Amino acid sequence: MSNKIAEKKKGWRELPIGGMILEAGNSAEYNTGAWRTFLPHINRKECKNCLLCWIYCPDSAIIVKEGKFGHFDMKHCKGCGICAHECPVKAIAMVEAKK
Amino acid sequence: MSTNTVAMTGNIAVANAMRQINPDVCAAYPITPSTEVMQQFASFVADGEVDTELVAVDSEHSAMSACIGASAAGGRVMTATSANGLALMWEMLYIAAGNRLPIVMTTVNRALSAPINIHCDHSDAMGARDSGWIQLWSENAQEAYDNLIQAVRIAERREVRLPVMVCLDGFIISHSIERMELLDDMQVRNFIGPVKLHYPLLDVDNPVTYGPLDLQDYYMEHKRQQADAMQLAKPVILEVGQEFGKTFGRSYGFFEEYKLKDAELVVVALGSSVGTVKTVVDSLRQQGIAAGVLKLRSFRPFPAKELAAALKSAKAIAVLDRADSFGAYGGPLFSEVRSALFSLEAAPPTVDYIYGLGGRDFGVADVNGVFDDLKMLAKTGKASQEVNYITVRE
Repeated sequence: MSNKIAEKKKGWRELPIGGMILEAGNSAEYNTGAWRTFLPHINRKECKNCLLCWIYCPDSAIIVKEGKFGHFDMKHCKGCGICAHECPVKAIAMVEAKK
Repeated sequence: MSTNTVAMTGNIAVANAMRQINPDVCAAYPITPSTEVMQQFASFVADGEVDTELVAVDSEHSAMSACIGASAAGGRVMTATSANGLALMWEMLYIAAGNRLPIVMTTVNRALSAPINIHCDHSDAMGARDSGWIQLWSENAQEAYDNLIQAVRIAERREVRLPVMVCLDGFIISHSIERMELLDDMQVRNFIGPVKLHYPLLDVDNPVTYGPLDLQDYYMEHKRQQADAMQLAKPVILEVGQEFGKTFGRSYGFFEEYKLKDAELVVVALGSSVGTVKTVVDSLRQQGIAAGVLKLRSFRPFPAKELAAALKSAKAIAVLDRADSFGAYGGPLFSEVRSALFSLEAAPPTVDYIYGLGGRDFGVADVNGVFDDLKMLAKTGKASQEVNYITVRE
């Protein structure tokens, strides 16, 4: 861990005791997108808007707009590739993220 | 103040303290010699004398697990165990402390197997000394009863929030009938007050998470908090002990100093054996020998500085350990006491006696033997053997 990250975190005097998390639903603030090695790319010409990707995505990272595929939530997409695997028309491709 | 003089065993005294405390939840599994605590308490539940939800579980591991859940939910929670039962709780002891849950448990001290033995020995509680529980030790039934009532106050204090273990010697205290004072029910309830809530899980309007994953980036901060809470428990233990004295007439501190002020030959010990040592100190004092006892009550937190200050003018000190720490240099109490004394400019020579394992009798003659050694040690300043085993056949 770099010192820069460590500086931002609270010290033991400020943290809630016992490792408790005092607010509900704050996992949304966790940038799990930083874990990614592969990015999903959608081919909108092939996409039939069946939304199977939306059903399968374990991180709710498929954002639906007006009943159709909208975009990927890149803050939470871990690049697991389940959407690409489940897509019946192979409209999603996993591409290695650039460092 | 209305009190009631009764004849009671330590176990029944503890069960009565629990009745007066009236906890929300008790989860327990019976084990000798603590069985009677929950047996008697179960009768109080059945007779409607308390409002407690009594949970009969399949093991001590489950007992402590149920206590943890109930305490996180916001209940005032108690249990009791001994020896192998405490050992089976091992994993959950750390979870109770790490989650900062103010559970209060009676530990009726007994030897650990193998070979199997059900009698008095401090190995069970000593094995749990690093689990993050406060440990209060008792010399007799009265102290076990008084300690349990104070434990609720100490555990639930905002800056402490740690589980407390009240230790009493198996059979010697748990099964011996003693004369003691039972306090008035309402006065006990007023003394402890209502349960102090701290983010209870049952507060569904303010949901919180207990026990989440806590890795390299936060775990150490939470352990540092636990260490701090133990230090913050020290003034609370003193404050509650003094308030208990003001209210009920018996004050408590970190330790009791018996004829210690001008004592040259000093014994440091825990639990019921102190009663025997006091008897010997009395007769030595009649012979003009400056003997004294320091009876430790709070083993966790360990009052190192206060203990060193109280022992600094002794000429020779014997620590009595009713538990071994195999492969260590002496028993657990010796290690801590000697470490505390090391910061003194001139630490008195200090030796260890491991005694009474598995309920082996420890009598006046044994204590006299220890004081005879101390007389020599005070003269020479050097012991030929610093860690000794007594009450054992050679």
